[in-house]
Amino acid sequence: MKLRRTMLYVPGNSAAMVKDAHIYRPDTVMFDLEDSVSYREKDAARFLVYQTLRTLDYEGVETAVRINGLDTPYGRDDIEAMVRARPNIIRIPKTEKAQDVTDVETEIERVERKIGLPIGTIKLFAAIETPLGVLNAREIACSSNRLLGIALGAEDLVTSLRTSRSKDGIELHYARSQVLYAARIAGINAIDTVYSNVQDEEGFIAEVRLIKQLGFDGKSVIQPNQIKLVHRVYTPTEEEIHKALRVLAAIREAESKGSGVIALDGRMVDKPIVERARWTIELAKASGVVPEEVKL
Amino acid sequence: MRILHSGTAGTLESSDVMITVERNPEKGLIIELESISEARFGNRIREVITDTLKKLQVQDVKVRVQDRSALDCTIRARLTAAVFRAAGIEKYPWEELE
Repeated sequence: MKLRRTMLYVPGNSAAMVKDAHIYRPDTVMFDLEDSVSYREKDAARFLVYQTLRTLDYEGVETAVRINGLDTPYGRDDIEAMVRARPNIIRIPKTEKAQDVTDVETEIERVERKIGLPIGTIKLFAAIETPLGVLNAREIACSSNRLLGIALGAEDLVTSLRTSRSKDGIELHYARSQVLYAARIAGINAIDTVYSNVQDEEGFIAEVRLIKQLGFDGKSVIQPNQIKLVHRVYTPTEEEIHKALRVLAAIREAESKGSGVIALDGRMVDKPIVERARWTIELAKASGVVPEEVKL
Repeated sequence: MRILHSGTAGTLESSDVMITVERNPEKGLIIELESISEARFGNRIREVITDTLKKLQVQDVKVRVQDRSALDCTIRARLTAAVFRAAGIEKYPWEELE
């Protein structure tokens, strides 16, 4: 199972960050050619990310690049360069409809064909950052086999909604639910928006707990010190692991006896409980707190 | 590629390099290098600059390099950006750059 608990934004024109971001061990490092790069530096950032990705080994950390939209003068060159640089993922900004994904996919495929890369090598993520994108989340999530996930981008969204970010995130309740349901229907990842107040660790942890409880797979982060905090929240506790292992052991025992009904501590164990136990152990394995050999 | 005017790319931040490219009326390549690691990496930096310019088919230029311990790939990226800026080219020949 590939975890995407943290996708670390790295400004694409920062030579030091582009070179070193993976040492903080996010699940995905995401080089940004869009909002963090000024118009005057778009070319320089593109060359920097292109050359660096082609040269450096990111030691197993997944790489993504957030490109500029195809409705800007930079989007097509970003795709031309990035498909050649071969990150694992290209992230599409401000996706509003399925056609936005299809258009980017068509461009990627054209370059893949031109350079002899197997079609479908470059995967996609779509960021949903507008009211229209939120309402079309399901069609976006189901628009391409390349899509590994959809990500909520809240800063532009709350501005469009004529509100602002609050501590409890009430203004994002609908958008988060919509993005999450769309991702689950499509069988892909749901990634939450950034928490931009980097001084407020307590508020950040509370938000990570909230989005984990909602069902999100992870969060976009902007500071390396946020990575550990997210991973900690996403790592199952000893008690959760113990309980999950007991459920799975009870299932195996019942199966070996040919028994259809499973009880544990006097309570029925049904399919959703077993699925949750499997998910807990998968997450624990991927987090490195349960050995890979443990049977599911 | 024809250099039309002066073009600069990069920054003076750590791990980066600032490169300025301009025409050399005297013909040939002049590299002015300023680097804290010049004694150890000066030759290597000059090699990367020369090799990248050759690939870009750029001749008769003066290149000012203010290095802050940049990797080879960073030097290549900044030089490429500076050259295209100096040539006034915004349509990039990606096939040739590969």
